Order: sequence, then C-alpha cells, then structure tokens
Amino acid sequence: MLRILIIGCLILLSPLTSTAEEIDLSLGGFLQGNYSMSLAGSNPDGGDLKWAEERVQLKIEVLSADLRFFSKTDLYYDHICREAEVEFREAYIDYSSMLWDLRAGRQIITWGIGDLVFINDVFPKDYEAFFSGRPMEYMKRPVDALKIGVYPESFSLDIVIIPFFEPNRLPEARRFHLYNPLSGTGIKEEEPPATLENTELALRFYRDLTGVEIALYLYRGFYRTPSVKTEGTSLLLFYPELNVYGASMQLNGLGGLIGIEAGYYDSRQDRAGTNPFIPNSTLRFLLTYQRQFWRDFTVTIQYSGQYMDDYSEYLRTLPQGMPEARRYSDLLAVRLTQLLMYQNLKLGWFSLWSLTDGDYLLNPEIRYRFSDRIWASIGAMVFGGGEEWGQLGGLDRNDNLYLQIRYEF
Amino acid sequence: MKHLVVLLMVLTLSSYVYSEDAKEIMRRSQNAFLYQADDMKVKVTMRLISSSGAERRRVLTMLRRDVTDGGRQFYYIYFHEPPDVKGMTFMVHKYPDRDDDRWLFIPALNMVKRIAARDRASSFVGSDFTYEDVSGRDIDEDEHQLLRKEVLKGENCLVIKSIPRKEDMPYSYRISWISEKTYLPLKIEYYNHTGKVYKVFTADEVKNIQGYPTVVRRTMRNLQSGHRTEVSFEEVKYNIGLEEGIFTERFLRRPPRSLLR
Repeated sequence: MLRILIIGCLILLSPLTSTAEEIDLSLGGFLQGNYSMSLAGSNPDGGDLKWAEERVQLKIEVLSADLRFFSKTDLYYDHICREAEVEFREAYIDYSSMLWDLRAGRQIITWGIGDLVFINDVFPKDYEAFFSGRPMEYMKRPVDALKIGVYPESFSLDIVIIPFFEPNRLPEARRFHLYNPLSGTGIKEEEPPATLENTELALRFYRDLTGVEIALYLYRGFYRTPSVKTEGTSLLLFYPELNVYGASMQLNGLGGLIGIEAGYYDSRQDRAGTNPFIPNSTLRFLLTYQRQFWRDFTVTIQYSGQYMDDYSEYLRTLPQGMPEARRYSDLLAVRLTQLLMYQNLKLGWFSLWSLTDGDYLLNPEIRYRFSDRIWASIGAMVFGGGEEWGQLGGLDRNDNLYLQIRYEF
Repeated sequence: MKHLVVLLMVLTLSSYVYSEDAKEIMRRSQNAFLYQADDMKVKVTMRLISSSGAERRRVLTMLRRDVTDGGRQFYYIYFHEPPDVKGMTFMVHKYPDRDDDRWLFIPALNMVKRIAARDRASSFVGSDFTYEDVSGRDIDEDEHQLLRKEVLKGENCLVIKSIPRKEDMPYSYRISWISEKTYLPLKIEYYNHTGKVYKVFTADEVKNIQGYPTVVRRTMRNLQSGHRTEVSFEEVKYNIGLEEGIFTERFLRRPPRSLLR
C-alpha cells in the first residue's frame, strides 16, 4: 500500500512541479502476442501452454527543464489463468543537475558485465519469463527504489536504496515440472519486511580509463532466491541475508572485447557454513570474450565459476538424502548472433552448459522485422542433461517452442 | 599588372595543389568531411530503400566532438525512430591507432552493453553505410594515389585511388572524387576483389553552414542488390560547446534532453 501511495504521489507531483516551463509529452508502446507451447508433454496442471497472452504496453514520458517523468504500464490478458491484469513496469521521476542526479520510483536496474550470467547484478530477475520464451526485457523485474548518481571528476558513483524487497520470480509449479523432493507439504513464504534495517543498499563506483572500464560493487541485502527450512509440519521459504563485494573490468583485447567480473557472496546468517538451510558464502567469477568474426556475426563466450567456502562444514551438516553440491562448480555460456538482410533477419543462439553437473539450456531464435513497426520471433527453450535436481536438468520436461509478435507505435 | 599577379598566384596555387601528395589530399578531405569545427550536432534521417521500393526509416540525433583533427573523436547517437529503438543511445570513442570503444544502451533493460568493434565493415543500423563510412578510416591504413583531375557535376575534382594495406576489407580499393574547392568527397566508388564497382557513395547536396561546407544529403547505393540508403542532415550546428563529459556512461543512460530536442 505504501509503495502505491509513493508512486501515486510521484505521478501527481511530476507535472505540477514544472507547469511554468515548457513541457514535452511523448507517448509510445506496443501490442504484443506471446505464446509458448510445451514440447515435452503436458504441464503439471494438464495444460499444453507455458505462456499465452496478448499485451498492450503504454509508455509515457513528460519532460521539463531538469525533471523527467517516465512510466511504462502493461495491460494483458493471460489465457492460461483466464484473467486480465495491469502491470506497472516502471514509473519514476528523474532529476538531473551538473554533479548529481536522482531517479525515484519503480525502475529496472542493471549493471555488471555478464550476459544472463549475473554476479554483481543483484537486482530481481524473472526466470519464469526467460524459461517461457518471453521477450528479454521481461527477464528483469523492477524495484521500487531511489537511485542517486554522483559524478565527481575522477569517478562516478551510483547509490541504490531499495526499501521494499522483491524476490526473483521462479518457474511456477502449475506450468513447469520442477524437482521438489518435499512436495505434498504445506509451504509458507516469508519475505523480509520493509523496515529500515532491511532496506537494501547497492553501490557501484565506476570509471572509464580511455577504454579500460573498471567498477567496484557493494551490496547489502538478501538472497533473492529463497532457501527452505522446515517449520513444524510445513516448509518455510525465506530469504537469507547477503552481502556482495565485487569488481569488474572490461577492455578491448585479443581482437575483441574481454571482461572479468568477480564477487564474494558473504552469507551473513551462515558465515561458519554450519547451517544447512542457508547457502554458504561463495566466491564467484566470470570471464567474458566477445568478438565479431565477420560482417554482422558476433560470438560471446562466458565462463563462470563458483567456489564454496567452509565446504567441510557444509558436508558435515548436510541433511541425509539431500543432493550434495560440489565445492567448485562452473558453467559455459555461448551466444552467437548473425544479422542478415539489412539486419532485418536475426539468427540467434544462446546456450548455458554446466560443466560440473552436465545439464544445459539451449535457446535458438529467429527474429524478423517485417517493417519498422512489426517484428516476430520464433524460438525454442530446450533443457536437459545432468541430474533431476540440477538447476537446468531439473527443467528437463519443460522444453517449449515460443512465438513473440509485436507491433510498436 | 594586377591581373598578372593574380594569374601567377592561381598558377602557383594550382600547381601546388597538383603536386600535393595524395595522402595529404585525403587528410584534408577527412578533416573537411568528418572533423569540421570542434563539435557538431545534427538530426539525421536515413531512408533504407530496397530494390522493390520498400522503405524503412531511421531518425537519430548525432553529437560529435573532436579531440584532435584527424585523431581522437567522440560520437553520441540518440535514436528517435523506428519505435522499437526509440530511446536507445549509442556511443563511440574513436581512436586513430586502435579499435574503437563502442557502447549501446538498451532502455527496456536499462542496460549498457559494450560492443566488440573489430569489424568496421559491419552495417550501421542496417543501412548501406558501414561503421567506417560513418566515422572514417585512418589515412595510414590505405595507400593513396592521385589518378587525375576531373570535372564532376561542374566541380573540379581530384581523383584518388585508395588501396587498403591489409586485405581485411570487403573492397579491394576505392576511388574518391574530392572537390578542389571544399575538399569534400563528391563521389566514392568501391571496387570488389574482381575489380567491379559494387557500391557508390554520392554527395547529393552541399550547404555552407556557419562557414563549413557540409554534405547535407548523401546516398550510398549497393549496385549488386539494388538497395540504397539516402541520408539527410537537418538542424546542423557547429561549435555548440559540447563537453567531453557528455560522452560518458552517465549520459548514455540518461540522454542529455536539452541537446536532443
């Protein structure tokens, strides 16, 4: 309720503050159809569609001298749940001055150098959207936050304050077959309440030294993917406390672009690694290489590793019957993009392959722009390999073929 | 007597120009074409027209600032059209002696993506212009020869053949008609590896803006596919005092609205 009030105030205030000045209003948006069909049998609830919706998005931008208001509102009809919904994707006010600026309201925040491999991008994701073949922008979930940018001479600093916790959205059990050894029990979920102490803080210092970009990141908040513990006869999903300390660097090299990112996930509630219900602290890193091999053909390769702290404690306290995680796990991500026909046709390939567990995700996609306003994509999400409790292998029976078609205005 | 002096001057000047080596002509041409003034702002409309006449449009505002003439340069591009790229921004830090640094900002994800920039022969926003056609090519990467002088569209031109020193371009050489008056390229023909012209650039209209001759309408034609791209420059302004600070991630993520209106 509080956040609706805040957004409402922002919307109401924005035109008022600048009535005397010249105001610029612009509108835009799209109509979209998005359908995804299961290829590997029916869903757990018997349906055959992972996603089926028509959607209208309306973007409003109001500009005055140093203020800007922007909102992006989606209205959609979901054929699976048979209901119409409104989704406020973004609604914020920007203020800019010489040395600093501010963005207040619902916004999407992205940083770090990974391509679908996230270390210091600690902001909420929608994995269900990605796995169901929705357009990439729906992979990022908005947060209600205050973002302040400070720009002294020698570096830049972003400060993000998030008072209201947003978890990642994970595939839903009605549409997705998921590995759940504890099914059948009652499940409760507990999100961190919006208190001053729980307010998340994310910082990024960054600088471009003639082509060498360096950044430092700090985060104090929570894991966005829940942990599970038993509480009486039922299960409790909860979000343990987390700090992340990280850094990244990106520069031209080896005939392309090379990058490195690392972050230490400090699991604040289980620093000794003895609590089996809370993830141990981990050190995560990512190496990226991107190169154009020929005209309009780009390859991106990413290698990412994760090293668990206090592994012996983890093994010692792991409950019997639970699958055992490795101390070091790593994955390889490959993206290939070829543009053809004056960039109207895009052939894309994205794959994630866990080297440790052997499970994978394959995502081929073809996109064609019929005109400046209409485009359509057809693609597939294929999961497999590894064990049934693996992150991707566990989605084995959820392969799907998707269609996205959009008219932009 | 006066007439004789003028005649002598013209003769000396023209022979000077004629003896000027091809590389120097290309350097002057590059400065006149891509490095006018200290900075520039322009609204660009590109019409991408297929052989069947189907048309697509790109509308963008381009900001440019030169660090040194013929050397380092910054570009900032804001897309107005088509609707699916509206609000996207693109930034290039161009270096004469190494690969450019390029960044793209995607507003829907609020994401800055750095882009590998090795292949300068890639198409610029799906048009017949390549990145290199837009932001130029280091003079020393080609060997230049002055072939002849020729009149083109009523203008005296220096005709220069430029052969890339490395064989990594889609063309084996190009021939440029450089105006003796303005040093702007009025026409460039690109020859493929079998020695046939496959792509032609023409400067269709030149206007004097704030004392700088500026190509305000240009066309790149692909003779093989019949596809062409027509570009027009509007609202050209030079020396508006663009700060280097504009060409940073801050403004990539938050376009400087006052400059883009």
